[in-house]
Amino acid sequence: MRFYEFEARKIVELAGIPVTKYGFCTSAEQARQAAEEIGGPVVVKSQVLSGGRMKAGGVKFADTSEEAAAHAEDILKLEINGQMPRGVLVDPKADVKQEYYASVVWDGTAKRPLMLFSDMGGIDIEEVAETHPDHVGRGHLANLFPIPDFEAKQTIAATGVTGSQLNRATPILARLARLFREYDMTLAEINPLAELTDGSFVALDAHMEMENEAVGRQKVLLRKQLEIAEDDTRETYEPSDFERNVAAIDAADHRGVIQGKDHGFSGNLGLVIGAGGGSLTLTDAVRSQGGKPANYSEIGGNPSVAKACGLAKEVLEKDGVEKIAVMMSIVSNTRVDIVARGVIKACLELGKDPGETIAIFRIPGAWEDEGFKILERYGVEYCDRSVSLWEAAGRAVAKVQGAAA
Amino acid sequence: MSILLNKDTTFIVQGITGREAVNLTRECLDYGSKVVGGVTPGRKGRDVHGVPVFDTVAQAVENHGGPIDGSVVTVPPAFTKDAVFEAILNGIKLIVIVTERIPRADVAQMVELAEMEGARIIGPNCLGLIVPGVCKMGGIGGPAKDAAKAYAPGPVGVMSRSGGMTTEISSSLTQAGLGVSTAVSIGGDAIIGSAYAELMPYFEADEETKAIVIYTEPGGRMEAQLSEWVKDNDSRLPIVAFMAGKFMDDEEMKGMSFGHAGTIVEGVEDTATEKIARLEAAGIRVVERIDEIPDAVKQKLGAAA
Repeated sequence: MRFYEFEARKIVELAGIPVTKYGFCTSAEQARQAAEEIGGPVVVKSQVLSGGRMKAGGVKFADTSEEAAAHAEDILKLEINGQMPRGVLVDPKADVKQEYYASVVWDGTAKRPLMLFSDMGGIDIEEVAETHPDHVGRGHLANLFPIPDFEAKQTIAATGVTGSQLNRATPILARLARLFREYDMTLAEINPLAELTDGSFVALDAHMEMENEAVGRQKVLLRKQLEIAEDDTRETYEPSDFERNVAAIDAADHRGVIQGKDHGFSGNLGLVIGAGGGSLTLTDAVRSQGGKPANYSEIGGNPSVAKACGLAKEVLEKDGVEKIAVMMSIVSNTRVDIVARGVIKACLELGKDPGETIAIFRIPGAWEDEGFKILERYGVEYCDRSVSLWEAAGRAVAKVQGAAA
Repeated sequence: MSILLNKDTTFIVQGITGREAVNLTRECLDYGSKVVGGVTPGRKGRDVHGVPVFDTVAQAVENHGGPIDGSVVTVPPAFTKDAVFEAILNGIKLIVIVTERIPRADVAQMVELAEMEGARIIGPNCLGLIVPGVCKMGGIGGPAKDAAKAYAPGPVGVMSRSGGMTTEISSSLTQAGLGVSTAVSIGGDAIIGSAYAELMPYFEADEETKAIVIYTEPGGRMEAQLSEWVKDNDSRLPIVAFMAGKFMDDEEMKGMSFGHAGTIVEGVEDTATEKIARLEAAGIRVVERIDEIPDAVKQKLGAAA
């Protein structure tokens, strides 16, 4: 789950990291008031879950509160990468002496959080790591033990930072590391972390992402402290009708799991496929053999007939779908006969001939004999494990292309 | 021979009274595995297919009258960490975590405790492991008769980030007359107890294993880790790899996850293309099509002989 900058700032603040006095505003009038309260030059920043705000015109500087209000008016109407802003952040224009970078991410290989620090802040850290590797400090954290300040100090000192800068930055990085762990973040980044002309350090921008699996146990932060609504899930893109419908069918019945995605797909061959790895393998196999998938899907965990039927119907009703391919890797939990009944039912309910509509049925495994009997009755071409996922996908592609020609 | 399991391996099932756990217990018993107890707090005194149920792991160990080798953990995500800690601190050395959707911070803590106590975790979000004809620990391969159909004993070690594809690939090796030494469903999450490189030393030490097949997906860095292990250790084992999810390299798929929680392309190194290049640079044969795996293994075995 991604956070807006104004929320990330709040999280950083809650962890005891200094921030500038900022205001989150949803109208030009609020922005004017916020700028007045701050006094002096301000920066007005669009609140969208997208990078590249500066380039898109979503960040503007103002010398007066009237100017801030005018900028807010424009920015609130400005769409950035397909997103309308949630509001604007009005922030004092800081007197920056030096910019630093601080973050914590997961290192999946070491299975530990990794702190990163650089004295070259404000720019892309990957670029710094490439061009100035000696300016990036790294430090792994333990999972079971308290995070000591010295580990943050070591990470910062590795970049050559010393003196009062080292002593001021150390508690900030240590607190960032602690909040990363406490709040189940997958990314906690302050960039830039600014040293102001008076020598103090403040977080000028922050970027936070929380692991979706942990949202349930972070209710105090999410609902109470940040006041984020339960249905505000922050998907990176707007789900399509197909995706919404499949999710609704899945939620209506606890037996088994179905998922459907069509973001980036627009072909003529509907895919009713599974399970996780099988779906990835099959989608590649269809594409590699010249097929055009209309969607991606996953069946698993032994869904009911209604669920399998619901998924097949949604796929069949997508624009441009001529045939569906029903394919899975060998199943042990999901029952072949139940999926067979579901997809045949979907065809019949839409007034389609299952034998014509289902290009291929390749699901070997539990209850396959019962399933194959049903398929035979409706004239559906099926195959068992002696036909590979690659070959089954190829047959489906050949059929749909034959039909189109 | 085999890795991690043998005919004498004993294990318990934590969360044994859950619906899936009951099935899994039946399947393992039918396959000949030694399931010596189950744990569900508050259910002491019951039995599941003749397996006694206890409130605590300590009670199960006491009833067994000696150390228990393993545990299959199938409790809900919010309770998994505690269950795994309980298993490790009661002397269990091999833990299969079936549960999915466990927050990473919990998994990382479990792995850290396992390292400290000399235990090994397989999973989470996995189906377990199987030594054909000897023992299966977890739902891998399904009911005993289905597992017997897909898994015949043989010289190939299998490791897969997908539980279903572990069986699909093993079945193709069985049909091709090759067979499997041990197959491990390592789990589909971003952080798992045992990545490929961490299981390689076991396969390397197992005389029966003559080749390795891995199934992999976009996301994470565990192929890079495997490539390095192979180079650093001058491995005797030829490896054949299959990479699914190449379509995820498309620009419009960026930031999306398909199939498993761990399959998200965040940086260039996470893409299928990059991973294939790394594996090949380490001498690992990456096949384009899933059905090329058995022949590729035969070629490698032929070359080694």
